[in-house]
Amino acid sequence: MTVLLNVENLKTHFYTYRGLVKAVDGFSCHLNEGEIIGLVGESGCGKSVSMLSIMQLISSPPGQIVGGSVIFEGQDLLKYKAKGEEMSSIRGGKIAMIFQEPMTSLNPVLSIRRQITEGLELHLNMNPQSAKDRAISLLNMVGISDAETRINDYPHQFSGGMRQRVMIAIALSCNPKILIADEPTTAVDVTTQAQLLELMQEMVVHFNTSLIIVTHNLGVVARYAERIYVMYSGRIIESGLSEDIFAHPRHPYTIGLLNCVPQLGETRANRKLVPIAGLPPNLINMPPYCAFFPRCPHRIDKCRREPWPELRPVGDQHYISCFVDVQEK
Amino acid sequence: MEALHDDNVLDVRNLKMYFPITKGLLRRKVGDIKAVDDVSFMIKKHETLGLVGESGCGKTTTGRCILRLYRPTSGDIVFHGRDISKLSDHDLRPIRRHMSAIFQDPYGSLNPRQSAGTIAGLPLKIHHMVEKRDFNDKIAALFKMVGLNPSMMDRVPHEFSGGQRQRLGIARAIACQPSLIICDEPISALDVSIQAQIINLLEELQETIGLTYLFIAHDLSVVQHISNRVAVMYLGRIVEVASSQELYAAPLHPYTRALLSAIPIANPVLEKKRRRIVLKGEVPSPAHPPTGCHFHSRCELATADCREQRPPLRDVGRGHEVACFKV
Repeated sequence: MTVLLNVENLKTHFYTYRGLVKAVDGFSCHLNEGEIIGLVGESGCGKSVSMLSIMQLISSPPGQIVGGSVIFEGQDLLKYKAKGEEMSSIRGGKIAMIFQEPMTSLNPVLSIRRQITEGLELHLNMNPQSAKDRAISLLNMVGISDAETRINDYPHQFSGGMRQRVMIAIALSCNPKILIADEPTTAVDVTTQAQLLELMQEMVVHFNTSLIIVTHNLGVVARYAERIYVMYSGRIIESGLSEDIFAHPRHPYTIGLLNCVPQLGETRANRKLVPIAGLPPNLINMPPYCAFFPRCPHRIDKCRREPWPELRPVGDQHYISCFVDVQEK
Repeated sequence: MEALHDDNVLDVRNLKMYFPITKGLLRRKVGDIKAVDDVSFMIKKHETLGLVGESGCGKTTTGRCILRLYRPTSGDIVFHGRDISKLSDHDLRPIRRHMSAIFQDPYGSLNPRQSAGTIAGLPLKIHHMVEKRDFNDKIAALFKMVGLNPSMMDRVPHEFSGGQRQRLGIARAIACQPSLIICDEPISALDVSIQAQIINLLEELQETIGLTYLFIAHDLSVVQHISNRVAVMYLGRIVEVASSQELYAAPLHPYTRALLSAIPIANPVLEKKRRRIVLKGEVPSPAHPPTGCHFHSRCELATADCREQRPPLRDVGRGHEVACFKV
């Protein structure tokens, strides 16, 4: 399997009036060809910012990518200017993104046709007619019936689930190598969520695309992702094959997260939820040591004395960033 | 109240709530949104009934009717043996303290200009349940019950985290020692790691002060965890009611099955084996619901009967009720 995307030690900081926010602080991951990976974490842990950094969509100021590398097809994307030609041809062309909120990420004053064909004309140099034909076939593919007429509709004429289907069609329009889906289903109902995720899975196989699913829903990654990255306060704290992480989580945060989410089929009679103590950290002016330290049930003195540990292997493709190795019995 | 020893705290019978669709300058009525369309259920004392369904299915409207924030179009809401569905606002006042609500958005449901103590204590003042000199002690006790530090009494809501705000909302809800609390999506706005804290708090409070909950949420795994029984709603109607164990182990209604299979489980090994039922299309508009069974337009099993007649909710044993001709 060839590595398609390799992100090393990515750091994105925001300079705010209240202090320095290290939203992403040493994020590393890789994506193989044809693979579906999941990026999990709570809100505010830096999932979206890390993905936006890969696309160089961080608005500066206040944000700035201060370090790291994003190697895609042998090139470091961070070497390119954010508004330069190279980045523009990659963004939307080779790496496409589906955003969380389909109402705000679609332009309300442009027809669906305009929004799909824009990328086709820009990246694939199609003429308007062939771009329109492709747009119609894409809409058919993502399950929008009567695509010939609906292509002239505007976003407000579509329901939430339908809008997200349009977003998927736009993202896939230029045959991207990588599709980044940033919380694609948080704004929709669970049966619609199932429809959309099945559709995305079908589409990535059909277009031979690799997919990064960003979500806070552990179930979604368990169902679709082959490998999982767990993120906490700007860093990857555990990564590994999906089966390993769910069966044998090794980082105290991952263990806590799995213990505090109710699962289907469990009632309070057969399992009591164990909440993680404390609150998610405030990212302003973080201490240099492990950010999970104040909430960690397995903490030792070393955790506070030394800086945040690097990821270390604990099994086949299984890495954790922790001094303590909690072996789940 | 006179009938507090009654076994059923709440008995909802044939509840309907229609909202008129008006048109033109004269606000002529041209149709109805049938938000709640003939819903019946009971909640026993110290029980938690979960109410699940997708957005727009009428679960919140049901809760609001019970709280009498709306005057229902028809039907009875029997609360501790007394029908409150047609009472005037004046007659409702003494009853209101026996039921309260916890809302979804802990940011929007707390007055940003009031101190935490004032917010939690307001129901006590309204119902004259506290002497002025005891007020602070009473609030301090409430704060302790919900896991807030009494020293935070003088702070205003924006100084609280999301989880703490929801605790404050719970303190306000239990202030008057109600018997019934309508929890309307109380945890969906919270961080994943905080949700468990609130679920546990609600469960503990139920045991210590003997509360009865109507727990409204869209997340079936959460509802199942906290509820004794679960009612599934689709487009204004209840399609299935069962104990939460049974609903998971043996769902009968095609919609419930699809809903269950749509929820991913955080276990990749199990996930590989599960059969997924993906529903076609979208939920129809409640202004023009399908005839007969509301679900027939998306149902694999639908026949001519389903298109014409409404299936009644019938008991299939062990308190398991389902509204479908085909099971």
